[in-house]
Amino acid sequence: MPEFLAELLNQNDIFTGPTIMEYWGGLVTTVQLVFLSLILGLLVAVPLAIMRTSKNPLINGPVWFYTYIFRGTPLLIQLYIIYYGLAQIEGIQQTFWWDIFREAFYPALLAFTLNTAAYTTEIIRGAIVATPSGEIEAAKAYGMSWALRMRRIILPSAARRGVQAYSNEVIFMLHASAIASVVTLVDLTGAARNIYSRFYAPFDAFIFVALLYMALTFMLVFAFRKLENYLLQHQRPVNS
Amino acid sequence: MIDLKGYGPALLDGAVVTIELAFFSLALALVLGLIGASAKLSKSRVAIGIATTYTTLIRGVPDLVMMLLFYYGGQVAVNNLSDYLYDAYDIDFFFQFDPFISGVITIGLIFGAYMAETFRGAFLAVESGQIEAARAYGFSRWRTFHRIILPQMLRHALPGIGNNWQVLLKTTALVSIIGLTDMVRVAEEAAKAERMPFHFFIPVAFVYLSLTAGSELFIKWLNKRANIGVVQGS
Repeated sequence: MPEFLAELLNQNDIFTGPTIMEYWGGLVTTVQLVFLSLILGLLVAVPLAIMRTSKNPLINGPVWFYTYIFRGTPLLIQLYIIYYGLAQIEGIQQTFWWDIFREAFYPALLAFTLNTAAYTTEIIRGAIVATPSGEIEAAKAYGMSWALRMRRIILPSAARRGVQAYSNEVIFMLHASAIASVVTLVDLTGAARNIYSRFYAPFDAFIFVALLYMALTFMLVFAFRKLENYLLQHQRPVNS
Repeated sequence: MIDLKGYGPALLDGAVVTIELAFFSLALALVLGLIGASAKLSKSRVAIGIATTYTTLIRGVPDLVMMLLFYYGGQVAVNNLSDYLYDAYDIDFFFQFDPFISGVITIGLIFGAYMAETFRGAFLAVESGQIEAARAYGFSRWRTFHRIILPQMLRHALPGIGNNWQVLLKTTALVSIIGLTDMVRVAEEAAKAERMPFHFFIPVAFVYLSLTAGSELFIKWLNKRANIGVVQGS
């Protein structure tokens, strides 16, 4: 094994310092993009999910429309519309927004955030709707106000029910972020595409990046399993 | 009607390509899913190992990366193979790896893994008494499968198949990245040439939206049909 490895490293023209650094830069971009869009998406999704469970059609209707559109169309189209479309908005090039959206990172971040927020809204809504009515009645009987009920009873119990579906959404987002490379961003996939075209070595370039994504995915799966264990501690059998 | 600047027919052709791609991928995914589920439920350790590796690998890698690997790597592999065949056996064989085929293979492989999980759950949901009864009647293995297991497991598999199909439909947009002239590709070129992104992408988004909305209704109808005769608890 060590001999084989040493030989491989000696003959290797592709995985040199600069290439590794390019992958590293891609990794940083991917992680930033995914992490920021997930955090922002979650922040947007919680109030939207509460609105979505409202019985007033004027409140839940627009949220329904938003999630329906964003869940019914491909993320790639959303990214194209935002990336190419923002530049076409009249007068935007004179405002400070242009300094932000001129770089590909921010349009991609906006598209990813809106997309993940739509999916997360529906996940949280499902979890809220499934709250046992007895819990809500008990909270009302204790004289809790709507806001207190939401904060102390409904949202924590919804978080426990939603965490599994949300972990799937997080992994989906990590994988979907690969399309950022089509709007000139050099994320992990973008780095792999550059290295492929420089060396014409599809297997080396893409299998290496696939392994990196796989490592990220399994780290996320592990972290979410820990989180689930923590959130569902009270449901564990006594002797385990 | 909106003016598509002469790109209308090309967009329509692109939409047909998208739908073809989705159907071929679905067919491949269903076949792979059935094979994968059967392997996972079999007693052979090797089969279980292969199927588990397959579904785990697929879930760890982004669809786009896999597509790029199959498209660029597939051509290199085919070239190497045809060189080898020519040198060793004097066989002149060449095969152009086009984006459509790479797309079908990639999407089929990815959703085959998800279908395998769906089918596995559905197979397990069929009561073992049903299978035992069929065996007691002297049904052969194949007959048990297609008369007893398949009709009953389909009822449990349909919601999962429906979800996978909705995601699959949206994944087909990615194939435009490796150069397939589907409607996303046409819209992208038109938007760049005319400098009108909203004008071309929004109609394409609506085509996708109507495809997913139509599928939703169809899946609901199929579910209702498959559940005829099942007493639903309220």
